[in-house]
Amino acid sequence: MTITFQQLVFYTFSALAILSAIMVIASQNPVKAVLFLVFSFFCTAGLWMLLESEFLSIVLVLVYVGAVMVLFLFVVMMLDIEVDDLKTPFVKHWPIGLVIAAIMVGLMLIIVGKQHFGIDQVPIPEALPKDYSHVKALAMVLYSDYLLPFEIAGVILLVAMIAAIGLTFRGPRDSKTQNVSLQTQVTKQQRLTIVKMASEGAPK
Amino acid sequence: MIGLNEYLTVAAILFSIGVAGIYINRKNVILLLMCVELILLAVNTNFVAFSSFLRNQVGEVFVFFILTVAAAEAAIGLAILVVLFRSRRTINVEELDLLKG
Repeated sequence: MTITFQQLVFYTFSALAILSAIMVIASQNPVKAVLFLVFSFFCTAGLWMLLESEFLSIVLVLVYVGAVMVLFLFVVMMLDIEVDDLKTPFVKHWPIGLVIAAIMVGLMLIIVGKQHFGIDQVPIPEALPKDYSHVKALAMVLYSDYLLPFEIAGVILLVAMIAAIGLTFRGPRDSKTQNVSLQTQVTKQQRLTIVKMASEGAPK
Repeated sequence: MIGLNEYLTVAAILFSIGVAGIYINRKNVILLLMCVELILLAVNTNFVAFSSFLRNQVGEVFVFFILTVAAAEAAIGLAILVVLFRSRRTINVEELDLLKG
């Protein structure tokens, strides 16, 4: 039995992705965990490339590794966590957790096994034409049928940006807004002063 | 040739590693966020695999949206984490019991 180049690439990338994913949850140092997660993303991008989904593969590397994971790295390095404090990062009964995870993966492997999703059930699709453009095909669907979800995705990103800035902003808040709770708590004494004074003479 | 079941197997293993990471680690909130990213990656791999094998672009459009929402989730989660660390000086999950009553 010979191994084709495609299979070699597939098994290499999947093994590396799974190994680095294990290292993500097993490593003591959060910085190393983020770097292993980055490597896992790279390997999965390779798998997506094998599935002829080039655009999403590039997006995964550029957006995910380039932006989101760098954000993670920033936060991990900015918060100065005492690593000694996190020396034993596992719960007390972590072997039970591993057993439950093993049962879960076993059940899932039964479901996605060869008898349901093998080559006989889901055949390899015929090769795409030579001038096929994945970006074009994706854009045709995205900008016609899914135009409204696309716009909503943009709004979600805007909301996330505003929320992140609003949560972490520490500068002076110098906008002139009403403070409703102070307004409703106001008492009569703070607003009205009765001044006793002698009456003046009758008007001329 | 590589069948659909092999891609699904890899995705299932990645998913289980993510879930296991969430309930094994009880110390570091950042690690929990990273496990959520791992789970989303596994789900996206499933979407891409089905979309490629069924020659249907809709699955890939959904991957696009999941990536968007995951990026927003990571940004807000990390912002909350920074605020939390500022006020409590810790990100240990066991010490974050403010709502315990």
